[in-house]
Amino acid sequence: MPLLELHNVKVRYGAIEALHGIDLNVEQGQIVALLGANGAGKSTTLRTVSGLLRPASGTVLFDGKPIQGLPPHKIVELGIAHVPEGRGIFANFTVDENLAVGAYTRSDKAGVAADRERVLEMFPRLRERLRQNAGTLSGGEQQMLAIGRALLARPRLLLLDEPSLGLAPQIVRQIFALIRRINADGTTILLVEQNVHMALDAASYGYVLEVGSIAMHDFPATLKTSDQVRKAYLGVA
Amino acid sequence: MDGLSVGSLYALIALGYTMVYGVLQFINFAHGDIVMIGAWLSFWICARLGWAGNDAPPSLARAAATLLFAMVVCGTLGFLIERLAYRPLRSAPRLNILITAIGMSLLLENVGQLPIVFGTENQGMPGLLPKETLLSVAGVNITLIDVLIIGCSIALMAGLNHLVYSTRLGLAMRAASFDTKTASLMGVNINRTISLAFVIGAMLAAAAGFLYAVKYTNLNQPAFPTWILLGLTAFVAAVVGGIGNIRGAMIGGVLIGLLEKFGTAYVSSSFKEVYVFSILILVLLFKPTGILGSARVEKV
Ligand SMILES: Nc1ncnc2c1ncn2[C@@H]1O[C@H](COP(=O)(O)OP(=O)(O)OP(=O)(O)O)[C@@H](O)[C@H]1O
Ligand SMILES: [Mg+2]
Repeated sequence: MPLLELHNVKVRYGAIEALHGIDLNVEQGQIVALLGANGAGKSTTLRTVSGLLRPASGTVLFDGKPIQGLPPHKIVELGIAHVPEGRGIFANFTVDENLAVGAYTRSDKAGVAADRERVLEMFPRLRERLRQNAGTLSGGEQQMLAIGRALLARPRLLLLDEPSLGLAPQIVRQIFALIRRINADGTTILLVEQNVHMALDAASYGYVLEVGSIAMHDFPATLKTSDQVRKAYLGVA
Repeated sequence: MDGLSVGSLYALIALGYTMVYGVLQFINFAHGDIVMIGAWLSFWICARLGWAGNDAPPSLARAAATLLFAMVVCGTLGFLIERLAYRPLRSAPRLNILITAIGMSLLLENVGQLPIVFGTENQGMPGLLPKETLLSVAGVNITLIDVLIIGCSIALMAGLNHLVYSTRLGLAMRAASFDTKTASLMGVNINRTISLAFVIGAMLAAAAGFLYAVKYTNLNQPAFPTWILLGLTAFVAAVVGGIGNIRGAMIGGVLIGLLEKFGTAYVSSSFKEVYVFSILILVLLFKPTGILGSARVEKV
């Protein structure tokens, strides 16, 4: 049974339908890449999974149980953490406070302390800046904070929305290395990316969204050789 | 001293405006009316319990019980107003909820005027606290009532400050106030946080209403303009301090109270409102986000 299953999910913003009934599966332990051009509906898909949006119809199953229509705070408690587009850093909080909000759902103090230590070990730059206002961090540091904060909820499924957006190539490589490491440590990941090359290199499966519908889905090796993907996203004529 | 005690009342009321604005970016126009209801409930319960007669002796215990009663009832009222009137409109256009708030304000005033509620007569608040002057320094009288008002306000604000800045719940409230969506992704129950802002805001407003009644003793009828002006002045205090900022509301309230009293004492008492609104204009001109306010980044 997949950890996450979307069946015929339709999502509307007012009168506009942004997702026209999509099906998508994420198996336990995988990194699944969700690719697509601007406005294809990638963020909408993640927002629907995390409960920020309610589907107009269709089902979202997490661990086999329907979660569509639940409020976001219930969905986090079930084990899905969403790092939103634009990172959603609390800029007027310190780095440490941001991490504390990430652990908001948990009451096991010892477990939180251990996870916080693990996150700080994974992102040493955050440790140096614990008392600093998060708004003063660089873009890359903010992305690391956003991911670290999400990990403090101890999610089974991590939703990442364009973690490489606007970052220098060297930082992007670091972020991708961390994504692989988080996955290797046991967290399943649904990754939205415009950086198709790196996303397909990290992923074990990939979906391509085109204006609100899944245009194709396959193993990364196949997607990379498909003419459709090459033309549209890999800049190959 | 008088300025300080009036200022702390403004601060208590301003906190309610600012907390609700923080989570909803919405001015709760009915908030000022909760102050009136808090004051009138204090009178009502005293009258009911036979504490209202002129011969009733001052009693700190009775005063505390009255205060508690007003805070609990108003807290419940604040909860219900949000739940029944505002929450259904959460996703409607902003104007709808503003109009509803104005309607709610009129409703509270009119219901307050009903004969079976508070009626349309002015009433005298019983002297729950002794009218003692503790000290007289250079013509300034320091009364026991002023000291108690300031002490009570400080205690309430210190409690709120602790809640908001040193507890998990406070962290959730501040997160929700900065960015509701992201806070919800962190597991913060947004509806509960909004309810909490209304309940705490209404309880503080009730406390202000009670203290106001004890200080001025003459209770104007529920729809009288003094109540509206009281709410409005506190709103100005919230804006001056930086709307959405809790410490700003405290500072703004005290500042406005002092300014109003100094202006009245040293310039002229007929321009009380002029001072208040001039400082509003000055602050808006030079620091539009208020003394402690920070520019809110508009989310695209
Ligand atoms: N809040 C909104 N209100 C109305 N329409 C929206 C809203 N958010 C997104 N849309 C529309 O829904 C469609 C899908 O948007 P979405 O943000 O999911 O795309 P995306 O694939 O994440 O794009 P990008 O790569 O630019 O982030 C777009 O046509 C967009 O204009
Ligand atoms: Mg997007």
